[in-house]
Amino acid sequence: MTVTINGRLLEVVAGTVVSAAMLQAGEPCRISVSGEPRTAMCGMGICFECRAVVNGVAHRRTCQFVCADGLRVETMR
Amino acid sequence: MKSFDIVVVGAGIVGCAVARELSRAGMRVGIVEGGAHRGATAAGMGHVVVMDDSPAQLVLTQYSCSLWRKEADHLPVAVEYEGFGTIWIAANDEEMEEVHAKHAIYAQTGVVSAVLNAAELVMAEPNLRKDLAGGLLVPHDAVIYPPAAAEFFLSEAQRLGAALFRSRAVQASHGEVSLEDGTLLQAERIVLATGTECDLLSALPLQKRKGHLAITDRYPGFLCHQLVELGYLKSAHKLVADSVAFNIQPRQTGQLLIGSSRQYGDDDPGVDAAILRQMLERAVSYMPALAGMSVLRVWTGFRAATLDKLPLIGPAAGLSDDTSLWLAAGFEGLGITNALGAARLLLDGLLNRTPEIDAGPYLPARMVNRMEIARA
Repeated sequence: MTVTINGRLLEVVAGTVVSAAMLQAGEPCRISVSGEPRTAMCGMGICFECRAVVNGVAHRRTCQFVCADGLRVETMR
Repeated sequence: MKSFDIVVVGAGIVGCAVARELSRAGMRVGIVEGGAHRGATAAGMGHVVVMDDSPAQLVLTQYSCSLWRKEADHLPVAVEYEGFGTIWIAANDEEMEEVHAKHAIYAQTGVVSAVLNAAELVMAEPNLRKDLAGGLLVPHDAVIYPPAAAEFFLSEAQRLGAALFRSRAVQASHGEVSLEDGTLLQAERIVLATGTECDLLSALPLQKRKGHLAITDRYPGFLCHQLVELGYLKSAHKLVADSVAFNIQPRQTGQLLIGSSRQYGDDDPGVDAAILRQMLERAVSYMPALAGMSVLRVWTGFRAATLDKLPLIGPAAGLSDDTSLWLAAGFEGLGITNALGAARLLLDGLLNRTPEIDAGPYLPARMVNRMEIARA
């Protein structure tokens, strides 16, 4: 299936969580207040480091979100 | 026994601003703070705002806001001073009349403001619902992070020689302050700046007004000004009933601070789910997109309210026979705004100087007559 990450198309296997897709694309999930790129750390929905904009909704925890075909993700800024 | 010219009890933003002002004037200052938190300073919104409930309130808030502006460039980054400006929102034509009235009062007193019509309001804040009548923009109002401001004033005072005592004051009278840890401080004057913790002087005519606030995750660009509904003036200043009003503030991080509620007679610091729900529903009714946002934290705090909605700044004469006692208390929701003005008024009072604004309306002695009237 195909997802769009920061405007670029990416092929992922079924069952991939969004944070993993972002890692695969080499894109940070979010940019911290001090400008640091961040990505999933705990991978289980607790650390909130993996927040990103999924299908237009801000602050989704991408490690808890399974990719669907056509899904759009943007780095949370 | 340690000896000072002045001991300030309470290191909230008012106490710290007072301590700094007195230290700058060369006084030997002691500051006492026994709490882990900073009361209303830590709980409040940090709105530096001109308010015009009464002419005296307008004079003090205008004076204090001008003092904030004067030092804005010299405040540490952590204070997060931002001149976002306030927009008072008019929901309908009736409230729009209030906008014009407010505009006229501000024009007379030299407060810069501009009337926005419905279209201009939408331009200024696109996320407001579209059927609002307009608003009044007060561009010089600001937003700060109050605990950092208090910490800065305290560090300035200490740099100028003030001594901080981290223990609770158990007694403060006749030039002596005794602390829980056994320390005894001596001073010619004692300034009580203890907010709602007013048990050092039982005659203090203060009431607690509980408030709730909620802060969201980061949504940069969603909001540009501090927004307050004009209905706030009606709801917030009822002396008895519980009330909520739409009041929202942008933070530098893109977080949104959402208020506000007012409750009397509830001393429980716990979150009241029913009031919180009302408050958030009110906010969503003005900005529908808030409904899809995540709130990170909700908390409560207590404002120290007086009967006439003006603070107590000056000697405690009338409330106490103890001539060493002075007060800087009862700021209700305006301690952040008025901290700097209060500090100046206190210093001028202590030095017997003529202040830049009339100190009369804020002198604690005024409460004596009011209490007698209330009893009669």
